[in-house]
This record gives sequence, structure tokens and C-alpha cells, in this order.
Amino acid sequence: MSKRVFITGTGIISAIGNNVSEVFTSLQSATSGIGEITLFPTVHAGIIPVAEVKMTTEQLLDCIGFHGSHEFTRTSLLGMIAAREAIEAAGITDIGSCKTGLLSANSVGGMNRSESFYKEFLEDRATGRLRDIVNHDCGDSTERIARYTGIKDFISTISTACSSSANTIMFGADLIRSGKLDRVIAGGTDSITKFTLNGFNTLMILDKNGCRPFDENRAGLTLGEGAAYVVLEPEEVIVKEGITPLAELTGYGNANDAYHQTASSPEGTGAYMAMKKALEKGKLPASEIDYINVHGTGTENNDLSEGLALERIFVDQIPPFSSTKTYTGHALGAAGAVEAVISILSLQHGMIFPNLNWNAPMKELKIRPVTEIRKGLRIAHALSNSFGFGGNNSTVIISSCG
Amino acid sequence: MVRRMGRIIKMGVAAAKTCLADAGESTADMIITATGLGCIEDTEKFLGKMIRDNEEFLTPTAFIQSTHNTVSAQIALLIKCHGYNFTYVHRGFSFETAILDSLIQLQGGAANHILLGCADELTNNSFQIQHRLGFWRKQPVDNLLLFEHPAKGAIAGEGAAFFLLRNKKTLTSYALLKDVATLFNPASSSDIQTWIYAFLRENELEVQDLDLVISGKTGDSRFDHIYDEVFESTMPGIPTCLFKHLCGEYMTATGFAAWLAARILKQQEIPEATLPHGIPEELKHILIYNHYQGINHSLILLSQV
Repeated sequence: MSKRVFITGTGIISAIGNNVSEVFTSLQSATSGIGEITLFPTVHAGIIPVAEVKMTTEQLLDCIGFHGSHEFTRTSLLGMIAAREAIEAAGITDIGSCKTGLLSANSVGGMNRSESFYKEFLEDRATGRLRDIVNHDCGDSTERIARYTGIKDFISTISTACSSSANTIMFGADLIRSGKLDRVIAGGTDSITKFTLNGFNTLMILDKNGCRPFDENRAGLTLGEGAAYVVLEPEEVIVKEGITPLAELTGYGNANDAYHQTASSPEGTGAYMAMKKALEKGKLPASEIDYINVHGTGTENNDLSEGLALERIFVDQIPPFSSTKTYTGHALGAAGAVEAVISILSLQHGMIFPNLNWNAPMKELKIRPVTEIRKGLRIAHALSNSFGFGGNNSTVIISSCG
Repeated sequence: MVRRMGRIIKMGVAAAKTCLADAGESTADMIITATGLGCIEDTEKFLGKMIRDNEEFLTPTAFIQSTHNTVSAQIALLIKCHGYNFTYVHRGFSFETAILDSLIQLQGGAANHILLGCADELTNNSFQIQHRLGFWRKQPVDNLLLFEHPAKGAIAGEGAAFFLLRNKKTLTSYALLKDVATLFNPASSSDIQTWIYAFLRENELEVQDLDLVISGKTGDSRFDHIYDEVFESTMPGIPTCLFKHLCGEYMTATGFAAWLAARILKQQEIPEATLPHGIPEELKHILIYNHYQGINHSLILLSQV
């Protein structure tokens, strides 16, 4: 299990851009994707901001050449676009040239279509368009992406709430290390739904001002949407085919807080354990980490427990950190992969993208996030955290190959 | 807390606790679970209220419990397991991927014992929706006579199954969980044949070494012919038995089959209720072959300890 695993391609679509290059431009210019809800009518419109991908579902369909089709959910379309970009970026021309797998994550499957189905179905169980419910399960988007990209050898779906797509990267690496697969496309996709918007609203963790991670006056998260994928390949393929990888996946770890179904433990036990496991797996001392893309949702609970866990791991030498959810919103099942792709941009370009909307340090913590763009850095190792409901805590460490 | 749990959570937690007690363990190093459709009851509860009351007066409990990893998380809470905790949610590959991950973790030395399980629930609404999609039998049928009366539709099912996997055998071990494989959307039954042969070869087995094949037949004439073709062309003469007339059809029904296979290997006896066909001389190797609606094909191999 000691095979080295590299990242050879990335793809992303999010509120700040429809591909890697657009996302990079927005990050550099500190342009946030947070705005008003336009995707569906809701009583929360104009009150609770979200970070939508700036394309209608019809435009997404056109983008992949399925004009006017009713077959695909927004979640599938986002996934298809980002996965296609990742595969192209890795220079793969024949997806069947070696044993290739697709691991995709999402949190609520085709919920946006199920919402319209149930509206009629609840009135009369003989009604509701069936084409709106057949895509309900989490596996649907994965199978659509697999058919679209031609991936056949292995496909599966992970759903562990907000850590889902960090977990696909982890399992993808294990599938390669164990010799089961030669190449894995790993990531996740999720679209904003009325269901999740109202769900988080009942928990009173949606900030009406847009999320303010690690700020004393933070009042919750901002929902986002999008998709992101990375192409994972082992060392022997890199060497044999003369590929220049974008980065190396050096460490990863998953741990469970086992404290509460939704809340993090006050001292961040799970977060601490996930980071510790990832560092151990990567055989890296904490002092080697140059940047942390924190989970940093902006909820009172997350940022405090994550902050305490950071102070516990890194003691008084905490690396520069920022939450890029201030640009992309919290893309739930896609968040881990979105942030892995952003972390790779940080490594490649030696830049740290600032934590926007920050004004005041948290009184419980000594640390504060990076709030101005930093350039010309040498970032050898970036650590990215993703924590989810059910105490599911994940950390991935991505390292530069230079 | 338990009172407010959805049905799938109750089933999952109950099966996990029964499993741990059977294994004489109070916890495990990791929890790896699977569910095809997740917590439908809580999802419908929250969705229904949101639609009826136009996004007002909602409470968070159903939303919190609607998350797909709730069963796995609740078990972790209950047994204080801080280890690796994954939930796979891919139709007829859900439980199979959970097995694969478990085997990789055990073989890689990341864990000594893993709680592996799966759960899926059926609700009035999900039954009705799948009924309209043509999944289920339209007429009542005696389950023991299901396969004698082929027609469109299966029997709707639900359930949970849990297993404690160890990296070494003990005196009470049921079986050796040897390997698992999945095949997505094969073009023809010859693709399935090639895949089964490759799987057996990797496990250093010949078709003749299989003592029993547990078939995922559902009684749905639109899909059962695939099993018949595969058995005839690939594994002729190997004894078979059935299980979906007992647990019904659901995305993680292979969890029931794996439980059945483990029990058969330990007790060295095939229950009559599984409608066995052919008499094996011994019971050393059992293969489970299943497909979910012709798209998600899977093989699970268990051997005698």
C-alpha cells in the first residue's frame, strides 16, 4: 500500500467559474460567487444568499450537447462538465486504455427534481411525473457521468454528507494502492436544492450576510453548488507515459467525532484525529504543512472546533490558512473536491487565496486566517479539511511535485 | 434518541448491535456501510412538510436524520467508534463497494476488525412510486411459488445486515469473505461470462470448485432471463439457491445473501426455504451472483473457514 499516487488532471465548475481557469481568475481577483437565489422560487429569496453556478440548467445541457433533454438533473450535468474537464486536462484520449474507475460523491442526489415530483404526488399519489423521480438516488449522477465519459471498469458513489468528495479521493487512492485500479476519477457534485436550503435554515446556520469563516461575528454558512474531480494515477503510469503530474496525493485520513449527529465536539476530536492520520499517512511532521484550506464553513460550531483542533495539532506554529467557501459557498458533497482543486492551484502558483468577509478575530482562538492574497510563495504541502454531519471528518494532503 | 430514529436507522442499529453481540465485541476499528436509497422516511417527512407548509414551521430532526450516512454515524456514536466511517450509496453496487473497501482496509493492515453492513427501507410512498415505475408484482403471489409464476415485477423488500470482519479467523468465525467484483452495464451475456471467469481465475478457482451459487433472481420476467442465460452458459450443473422471495428486492439485498452464505458455510446446511436446486457434495465455496435491473452486476465469494 505504499505506491505513490499523483494527481494528473483537475476539473471544476462552481459559483466562481465554469472551469479551472475561470475559477483561478476569480480567486486571484477576490471575486466571490455569493449572491441571491435565482434557481427556484422560495420564501428565502432575497433574504438568504447562496453561491449558484452562473448557468441555468438549460445552459448546462447545451454545454454538453444535450439541448432540451429532460433526462439529466442539474447535479448530473455539473458532474459531467467537471469530470470531462479533469479527463481532458490529464491528457487522456482513451479512457479504456487502462483499468479506470469513477468515484463520485453527492449529498442529496436528484432532490431538486424530487421536489417537483412530490409537490403533485402528495396531492394525489397517482400523479407526479415519474421522470422527475427516477433520478432521486445518489447513484444516478455517477452512472450518467460514467456513461458520458465512457468509464466502465469500476464505478461507485459515496455519501458522507459534507466530507463525501474528500472521501472519494481517499478511497480512489486506496483502490490504486491496492492494485485494484490503474486510474481513478474522484470527486463529487451537488446542486442547491430547496430541501437543503430549508434543512440548514431550520438549524439556524445560514448567514444572511454571506458566510464569514473564522470571524468573531460569523453567523453560519452559505450554501453553494458545483462539481469537481481529480484524476489519480500511480507512479508507474506517470513514469511509463512520461506524464508531468500536477501534484501528489501524499496523505489522507478519515475519523469519526462520535459526539453528535450534526454538531462537532467542542474540542474538535474528530478533526484533530483526521489531520493526525493524514500527516502520519504522508509521513509528514505538522511543521511541513505550508497552507491549510480549512473546512471553515462559518458556523459558530465548526470554526471553533476546527480552530481548536488546528491549535492542538500545530501548537503555536499554525500555517497560513483560509476558507475558500467565501468564494464558492459550501458545495456540500462536492466541497472536498472543489477545495482539493483550489489547493492544487495554490500549490501550482504559489498563492494563498484570502478568506473574504473577515473582520474580527475569534476570542477563543489565537489564530486568524489569511485575508489578503499572498503570491510568490513556495507551497510544498497543502492540507485540506472536510467535515460532515455524522461526525465524519476527512483530511487530504496534496504536495507539489517540483 | 432511539424513539425518534427513522425505521432504517432502527433496523441498521439493531442489526449492528446483534452482530457485535454475536461476535462478542463491543466495538470495531472501522464502520463501513451501504445504502441504496438512504433514509427515505425522514427525507419524505421533511420534504412533505416543506411543501405543505410552504417552507415554514419546519424542525430540523427529520433533515438531520435524512443524511445518507446517518446509520453509520449513529452506530459510531453508540459504540464510540472514532475510526474510519464510510457510506456507499450506489444502487446495486452499494454493499459491494463497502465489502471491497473493507477488504482493502483489512488487507492493507489499517484495521483489525471492521463492522460492515447495509440497510435500506421501504415506505408507503417509495413502494407506491416504485409500483408506478413497474418494479413490483401487480397481483399477490405466494412467495415460495414466486419463481413458478414468472411475471413482470419483483416483491418489494427492505432490510439490514451487518457483519464483523476480522483479519484472522477465530473459533466462532462463520466464513471467509474472499472477494467481490462489480460489472457496470455489460453489453452482452458473454461479457458477463468473461467477467465471471476472470473473477474465478483471480481467486484460483474453477467453475467446478463452486459448491453453491446464490442467485439474485427476483421473479421479474424482464430481468430473470439474464440469470438463466448466465447459469446455463457459465456455471452449468452447479447447485443454486434463491433468496429474494424471502427478503424481497432492494438495492442492498446482497447483504441478506451474504448473511445467508455465511450461515450456510458455518452450519453446512442449505435451508429448504431457499428453494435449493441440485445437491452439493460439500459446502466449501459459495458464489453470490446478483444484478440490479440488468445494470449493476456483482459477485461475492465466500469460503469455508
